[in-house]
Amino acid sequence: MPQPLRPSAGSVFGSLVLIAVVIGAAASAFAYTAGWFSPERITPDKMVDAFTPPTGEPLGHRKNHAKGICFTGMFEANGAGSALSQAQVFVRGQYPVLGRFNLGTADPNAPDATVRVRGLGLRISTPDGQEFRAALIDLPFFPVSTPEAFYGLLLASASKDPDAMKTFAGAHPEIAAFGAWAGSAPWTGSYAEERFNSLNSFIFVDSSGAEHAVRWSLLPAAQAVSVSPDDLAKRGPDFLEQEITERVRGGPQHWTMVVTVANPGDPTADPSKAWPDDRRTVEVGTLTVQQIEAERDGPCRDINFDPTVLPTGMKTSDDPFPAARSSAYAKSYDRRTAEAADYPRTGATP
Amino acid sequence: MNGVRQRFTVVQRILHWLMAVCILAMLFIGVGMVSTVMPKYLTLVSIHKPLGIAILVLALIRLAVRLVYGAPSLPVDLPGPMKLAAHASHYAFYALMIGMPLIGWAMLSAAAYPVVLIGGVHLPAILPQSDSLHALLWDAHILLAFAFFALILLHVAAALFHALVRRDGVFEAMASVSTLDEVAPAE
Repeated sequence: MPQPLRPSAGSVFGSLVLIAVVIGAAASAFAYTAGWFSPERITPDKMVDAFTPPTGEPLGHRKNHAKGICFTGMFEANGAGSALSQAQVFVRGQYPVLGRFNLGTADPNAPDATVRVRGLGLRISTPDGQEFRAALIDLPFFPVSTPEAFYGLLLASASKDPDAMKTFAGAHPEIAAFGAWAGSAPWTGSYAEERFNSLNSFIFVDSSGAEHAVRWSLLPAAQAVSVSPDDLAKRGPDFLEQEITERVRGGPQHWTMVVTVANPGDPTADPSKAWPDDRRTVEVGTLTVQQIEAERDGPCRDINFDPTVLPTGMKTSDDPFPAARSSAYAKSYDRRTAEAADYPRTGATP
Repeated sequence: MNGVRQRFTVVQRILHWLMAVCILAMLFIGVGMVSTVMPKYLTLVSIHKPLGIAILVLALIRLAVRLVYGAPSLPVDLPGPMKLAAHASHYAFYALMIGMPLIGWAMLSAAAYPVVLIGGVHLPAILPQSDSLHALLWDAHILLAFAFFALILLHVAAALFHALVRRDGVFEAMASVSTLDEVAPAE
């Protein structure tokens, strides 16, 4: 091999500067991508931090919908959903379910009567190894239109500025519908009497490859009985968990899963806009809750009910919320699994 | 077979540059996806998982090729610490190229997430569900990702140093586009 020409001192200096520039540019691009130069970017960390209640971050618990109770059961598909989606979960049959009833609060010790929004997390497993996960709530529509607005809502709710919510409502008039619902919708004394809604729009893909924009709901078999908030407040802080445990011990509880199909032009990207009542609905099966287990030692504690975990035949739509929920749920999961010592299992067999 | 080549074999060079693109994309996708709540989050995650498995497969092939063909010797006049750094960095690269995808896969397994690749193809869980393992693996995945990127920066700096300052043929051993697997006569 011929002896290479050794460069002069001047060109060595120039080369070293060039190397420094290349490395600096690469490191800067990486830092930019990681958001280090973008303080305005809404990151999953900021979103999760914004849920922190005055009582402090609920260590070891979900960072929102922090209070809940596990259930197991079955989803029995009647086959009708196969016209909309090729997912195995809609093929007539029975599929095991793991789920969680929960309250829309970041405080795991909140008294049940103080929380307006109730939710249901769901995981249905099918023999093809796929999963349909969902997290539904009893609101008929979401309070705001975009994840950015939702982040703003969290900040405004926690703000010490007395005008913060007024200012927010001025910029996001859709929030008024939520206020109306929260003030007028009846309260019930049981998770079993609640209707739970996906709120977000998803796309079902049928066996021909055709796509259908849908939302879904779980309609309770139990008759809803309206109870005043004052009466609920007298029932003890955990009455919902006690009630559902006793009720399911007495017999399994059922919900009908109903898929609502959008008409062309219906707003799929905005969960604050309910679709008109006359849209086509398809009853696709029945959810049966067979057993209740306390969360601490229960099978749902370490499950992330990420609504973007979907089987082939179901996918996200142009609704931006499932992505925001997925990223924030993952962050919440990463934090709480690292905090497991603060919410340890007792080892008691449920 | 070892020690007499001027350059890495064509297969090694192709694997190196292909994986360089994949790994850089992977690291950028990784830090990008964990810092956004926008819809691109899902797009990035859906690339991150299959690309990670692709890197794992390529890394295993590359390791086998490396064990068969070896690497060109470093210049005899290269100072000892630089030789040590060169060898150590190669071990670190292989450990990270194989370890990072496995850690990611194990982390998803420990969280009981389905590990979905393209087109609904699923991988089995390689760990039982465990909050403590998930927390450990998640920390390791992030920490090692930054270490990986730092190692790449060092690697690029060293490569350019060989190319521009030392001009000793080390850079050309991997950067050459010649298809000849040139072997110098043993000295």
